[in-house]
Amino acid sequence: MESCREARAMKSQSRPLSPHLQIYKFTLHMAMSISHRITGVALAVGTIVLMYWLASAAHGKEAYETAASVIGSWFGYLLIFGWSAALFYHLCNGIRHLFWDAGQGFEIEQIKKSGIVVLGAAAALTVLAWILGLAI
Amino acid sequence: MSLRSPLGRVRGLGSAKEGVHHWWQQRVTAIALVPLVFWFVVSIIANVGSSYEHMHAWLSSPGNATLLILLLVAVFHHAQLGIQVVIEDYVHCAVMKPIAIIATKLLATAAGIYSVVCVLFVAIGG
Ligand code: HEM
Repeated sequence: MESCREARAMKSQSRPLSPHLQIYKFTLHMAMSISHRITGVALAVGTIVLMYWLASAAHGKEAYETAASVIGSWFGYLLIFGWSAALFYHLCNGIRHLFWDAGQGFEIEQIKKSGIVVLGAAAALTVLAWILGLAI
Repeated sequence: MSLRSPLGRVRGLGSAKEGVHHWWQQRVTAIALVPLVFWFVVSIIANVGSSYEHMHAWLSSPGNATLLILLLVAVFHHAQLGIQVVIEDYVHCAVMKPIAIIATKLLATAAGIYSVVCVLFVAIGG
């Protein structure tokens, strides 16, 4: 591995590179691939909010009510909606990853189809979870 | 030049024989999360606006507390493993890389244990 200085120097030298992302036509698969990473990192940040919410419940009524008023505001609900959609997307696409890990579904046509299935399933699960959650 | 045999490299096992361990744990935690997540998202939506008493009653049910703790253990472990891969992909310097990885490990462990303790505190302590 390079030292920090070397790593920076490698970046600033314009060395010949193999064709990079912008050379290729942007595809659904590329967008979904990077989205898995983006949702993964965003969900990891979201675990800190979950920790705060649980901690407030353990710290007494006042702390909990402060947390609940922030998280339960319209903006809080908006964030939670985004969080639930990101989580179901990551979950469904994660299952697609597990099939790939098992060596399944690598044909171009299958990849196109499974991508659409993942998007549809994530949207359906998000709507279903909100219907159930609000009905309880 | 590497002194490792091609077979050793494909197996992914270094001298500590744990090269595949990370990958495998990421899959196991992912599989564990599949059934837990749906329950969890519905419960979060149902409890977000709820009163203190309602929230405590929810956490005091042994079933809910168990599911939540299982989820917390799997999520914090999975998140730490995932963030580690992202760091390994983008941070290439010999100083920052281990610092960033160790920091996420410590942070995820502390945040995970704290979250579990908070659940137990409410569930048992009331
Ligand atoms: C709040 C919950 C979750 C968090 C915080 C989370 C976080 C992450 C992160 C940060 C990564 C690394 C992304 C990357 O390397 O590009 C990742 C990868 C992964 N996640 Fe999750 N995840 C969560 C839930 C799930 C669930 C429910 C599944 C179910 C299948 C799942 C399956 C996967 C898989 C299979 C990978 C590896 C993908 C790959 O090889 O690139 N994750 N996750």
